[in-house]
Amino acid sequence: MPIIVKRIIFYVCLILLWQGIVMLGIWPESMVPGPLAVVNEIYAGFADMTLVYDIVGSFKHLIIGLIISLIIGTLMGVLLATVKSADETLGSMILALQSVPSIVWVPLAIIWFGFTEASIIFVVIIGGTFVMAMNMRIGIKNVSPIFLKAARTMGSKGFDLFFKIIIPASIPHAVTGVRLAWAFSWRALMAAEMLSTGPGLGYTLSYASDFNNMALVIGIIIIIGVIGSVVDQLVFQRIENKVLKRWGMEN
Amino acid sequence: MSYLHIENVNKSFQRNTKRSEDTIQALQTINLSIHNGEFVSLLGTSGCGKSTLLSMIAGLSKPSSGSISLAGNEIKEPGPDKSVVFQEPALFPWMSVKENVTFPLRQKMNKKDQENIALHYLQMVQLSQFANQYPHELSGGMQQRVAIARALAMDANLLLMDEPFGALDEQTRTVMQDELEKIWMETQKTIVFVTHSIREAVKLSDRIMIMSARPGTIISDFKVDLKRPRQQKDLALLEEEIMAILKKEIDNVMKEELQYANHR
Repeated sequence: MPIIVKRIIFYVCLILLWQGIVMLGIWPESMVPGPLAVVNEIYAGFADMTLVYDIVGSFKHLIIGLIISLIIGTLMGVLLATVKSADETLGSMILALQSVPSIVWVPLAIIWFGFTEASIIFVVIIGGTFVMAMNMRIGIKNVSPIFLKAARTMGSKGFDLFFKIIIPASIPHAVTGVRLAWAFSWRALMAAEMLSTGPGLGYTLSYASDFNNMALVIGIIIIIGVIGSVVDQLVFQRIENKVLKRWGMEN
Repeated sequence: MSYLHIENVNKSFQRNTKRSEDTIQALQTINLSIHNGEFVSLLGTSGCGKSTLLSMIAGLSKPSSGSISLAGNEIKEPGPDKSVVFQEPALFPWMSVKENVTFPLRQKMNKKDQENIALHYLQMVQLSQFANQYPHELSGGMQQRVAIARALAMDANLLLMDEPFGALDEQTRTVMQDELEKIWMETQKTIVFVTHSIREAVKLSDRIMIMSARPGTIISDFKVDLKRPRQQKDLALLEEEIMAILKKEIDNVMKEELQYANHR
């Protein structure tokens, strides 16, 4: 059976189960809305464009933040991989920061930047930077010694060796870093937007919750999940697979 | 004055074990003179330090003591005056076959010349139609041939080869040996060739340096005076002679190993 068929059956069953639970009437619809109510809310949101503005707003924050975090993360990773003292000092801090959930930065961002888009972007940057840095570092550190030896026998050294061999050889790890940075940033973005003043999916989510619109809350959660997995599978996994294949690292 | 001159070279490695720090003597008092245009093999069992010696000639590592000089200049670092073919192809996977072969030429000439040279050597190893493929699309044997084309494209007078055909199947190996012999006769390069195959050494070399292990030393400087191109049938006699020398060596190593095992 093809995967797509399995998936369709799975989701149909899930929705039927959901509808069944709602029809049992244990909880009021204001707490557990049915699938139809959720679909209606999503439809209405797209019809009056509010959800479209939210998605556009969210992507704007994400893209700006992600790009900045990738640049900072790459530079940090290169620094950690090439300067031993930096690795021994800054490296330990980045490792610690990587384990701090992004939402922790939200109060700080609000105090520094107020309820502005800069706050959101700040949190997104923090979300993506460290994981990118760690992956870039591993990528550079794991360049196969045989590539370095071969390049040196062909007269490559210094900057040439670094930019022509070490950086390209670390691309597979860097791509994984980008993919993880996207995933981390996307989570951070939602956390930050929930405490912001829109537009953005996170903002609308917390707004809907304030007005007790559970159907919209669930609708937005679904949208966040769908966007997350679609971007991951259609964009990043494809790039990653291509790179791994080209670099001969496919299993 | 010989072209490649190796004088009293020792190489030892530190081995850190939990309790003590041992020094392993990998090579001991190596003296070797190689003339311009000579084809010399380093032959020995695994662990005799033949690859270590080659790596020092390449300038990738330094002797612990002694000196290695090329055309009168001490070898301090790797460089374009000596090209190396490793056991593994070591092609850069993000570059096409052609880009791999032109890599050592980048700073020396314009694009057009680079391409012509790359195609010339790719033709020599019969892979010109794969010029625009990427390494992962080629078999292991084809990749190794690209690596050989790349080393030849550098056009260094000294060609260092570290068991270059080790990973190839028997037929490809024989074809590549014939090919290398031909290339060597045409280009008059100096070749230092590491191998553990007696047949390969006899087939290709002017001189075979037979090495022993623990510590690695040269136990015999064996001249091969067969006319070229060499035929398989002429090789058998010399092979046996060398085998006899190596056999003693292998027995010694075995004995030593048994003694060590018994003393524990």
